[in-house]
Amino acid sequence: METLLEVNNLVTEFRTADGNVQAVRDVSFSVAKGETLCIVGESGCGKSITSLSVIGLLPSNGSITSGEVKYEGKPIHNLPFEQMRKMRGTKISMIFQEPMTALNPVLTVGYQLREPLILHHKISKSAANKQGIELLKQVGIPYPEKRINQYPHELSGGMRQRVMIAIALACSPGLLIADEPTTALDVTIQAQILDLINELKEKLNMGVMMITHDMGVVAEVADRVMVMYAGKKVEEGTVSEIFENPKHPYTIGLLNSVPNVDDPDFELEPIPGSMPSLTEQISGCRFNPRCKFATDICREIAPPEFSTKEGHIVSCWLHEKVEEEVKHGHLTAQI
Amino acid sequence: MVTLPPKSDQKILLELNGVKKYFPIKGGILKRVQGHVKAVEDVSLQLYEGESLGVVGESGCGKSTLGRAILGLEELTEGKVRYKNEEIQDLKRKEKLKFVKEMQMIFQDPFASLNPRQRIGHALEEVFTMHTNMSAKEKRKSVIDLLDEVGLKEEHFEKYPHEFSGGQRQRIGIARAIALNPSFIICDEAVSALDVSVQAQVLKLLKSLQEKYKLSYLFISHDLGVVRYFCDRVLVMYLGNTVELGTVQGLFANPIHPYTQALLSAIPRPTVQKNLKRIRLQGDLPNPANPPSGCPFHTRCPIAQDMCKVDKPAWQEIEPGHFAACHFAGTKI
Ligand SMILES: Nc1ncnc2c1ncn2[C@@H]1O[C@H](COP(=O)(O)OP(=O)(O)OP(=O)(O)O)[C@@H](O)[C@H]1O
Ligand SMILES: Nc1ncnc2c1ncn2[C@@H]1O[C@H](COP(=O)(O)OP(=O)(O)OP(=O)(O)O)[C@@H](O)[C@H]1O
Ligand SMILES: [Mg+2]
Ligand SMILES: [Mg+2]
Repeated sequence: METLLEVNNLVTEFRTADGNVQAVRDVSFSVAKGETLCIVGESGCGKSITSLSVIGLLPSNGSITSGEVKYEGKPIHNLPFEQMRKMRGTKISMIFQEPMTALNPVLTVGYQLREPLILHHKISKSAANKQGIELLKQVGIPYPEKRINQYPHELSGGMRQRVMIAIALACSPGLLIADEPTTALDVTIQAQILDLINELKEKLNMGVMMITHDMGVVAEVADRVMVMYAGKKVEEGTVSEIFENPKHPYTIGLLNSVPNVDDPDFELEPIPGSMPSLTEQISGCRFNPRCKFATDICREIAPPEFSTKEGHIVSCWLHEKVEEEVKHGHLTAQI
Repeated sequence: MVTLPPKSDQKILLELNGVKKYFPIKGGILKRVQGHVKAVEDVSLQLYEGESLGVVGESGCGKSTLGRAILGLEELTEGKVRYKNEEIQDLKRKEKLKFVKEMQMIFQDPFASLNPRQRIGHALEEVFTMHTNMSAKEKRKSVIDLLDEVGLKEEHFEKYPHEFSGGQRQRIGIARAIALNPSFIICDEAVSALDVSVQAQVLKLLKSLQEKYKLSYLFISHDLGVVRYFCDRVLVMYLGNTVELGTVQGLFANPIHPYTQALLSAIPRPTVQKNLKRIRLQGDLPNPANPPSGCPFHTRCPIAQDMCKVDKPAWQEIEPGHFAACHFAGTKI
């Protein structure tokens, strides 16, 4: 598959009252055309900041301090503001968890759909309107001719998210970044939106970078998965490798923390402790204080990335031991 | 498949009979009542001692309002609430006090109501100040015991609210709820805001406290996986109406209402089975201020017939202990 996005050794830092803190620590990954990469991990692990680094929308106190982001082979992390803005209109689009914060409440849906089309494609208002209606149809909004003249507050949550997706698709981007696009929605509506994203990805051969904390959503939409913990990538692999053959104790812990609706005998095995703060100093592996396998080396030296199978990467000194334990049933990855 | 009937030796702790809660919608210059949001529509059910009853359904279906109505935090529009065989819906403030100790609630963010400048230990002591005549020393000891009970340490006594992580906050919320030895606790999305690894810890804690103190829970959640893990029985609501009630085993294995079937099917499973056939509902949730006629679900129901648009289906016991409200209960969609 053709690589669309490539992120190499990304480090993103924030200037804070406590000095500089690293929110993303040396993270590398890629997304191919027509592929969905899910970034999964718990609150504060750096999922959103990773994606904002890619699209160049970091908060003002944040910046990429090393590493590179390449789109179709060309570095984009150091583009001047205007050029990056153009990238965002035409190549990379993003949708967010709460569409209400991204949609302008005082402008009609139509206005917000037409604007990027007129700006980037230099087409007339009426042509843009026609295309806008087409886009609304494409994302499954009934009566698009009527909806296009409505304001965001007149729409339901699911409908707003569809409008956001329509706007994101307006300029046929190559890469769609979706940051928790369904977290605020009810499950029956979430299912519709996930189906829609999947369908559009296939139809338009887009790359999709989907951020979520929900392992169920990951299984539903991902081709490949990157698991993050405290700013680091801890594991990466195809969706079936991650779910059927997880190797990092954190990934296994995550899987065993989500109750399985289909298994009445499922027993939860919580990971003890909680996520460290950005300012907390942890030597060695960032997961070691919560890891039941941790040994001296884990506490002293940060583990490198081990490539176990093609495309399956794990940052754990003990991944072989963990794998053995899983195999012999001493440790259950229940899913 | 047969659903297990509730054991006959189970004692009823709480009983709802035709509970309704309507909120007036006011509008116009004169602020006249123009209609009602029927947040809870005619709910009747029983909750047994020591059980966890899950309440699930989509946003706005009336889960929280039902919980608040049970605790008397909302005045009922109609209906009766019996707790330990006493009608409590019309009790005056003073008579209610004894139930306040017995019935507690844990919220999604238990800190919303806490004073950010008050040490946690002192905030917890206030519960005892209000409801007991313990000495200062006894109160401090009780709080430290409580902290220990929910997996926190004595050193947390002196800390301020902002110094706690999400999971620790929820533990404080639990400590406050169990302080007066209640027999019934309503958990309203109590673990929803937590990271899954921490959510699992808190669920385990709630379970162990239940065993130790024979607690009953009304467990409100939109997460069906959590409900399956945590609860004995589950109630499904849609637009203020109860649509199905059964044991967790019975209802998950054999959902008889089309809405329940669709809801269960829509849950993203953390397993890779790409070719699983899913039921997808069309359309959005209707506006609860303007609910559909007849069966509230008919606008999205794949098997709805003409009669469903007109006649509201009755709440019926379809199998022992398994209730539903559907003209075509049991039809697979
Ligand atoms: N402007 C900022 N200044 C300082 N720190 C920040 C800033 N924005 C985010 N952070 C920190 O960066 C870390 C990563 O944040 P990020 O938003 O990427 O988390 P996330 O994985 O998306 O979490 P969630 O699931 O809660 O959205 C967090 O610890 C967060 O507190
Ligand atoms: N005080 C109030 N005044 C008017 N309407 C209200 C009030 N409280 C709740 N409602 C309405 O009653 C309905 C049920 O609300 P409720 O909060 O019980 O839903 P819920 O199932 O708890 O939803 P969620 O999952 O979003 O918490 C909603 O339509 C809501 O807007
Ligand atoms: Mg985020
Ligand atoms: Mg609620």
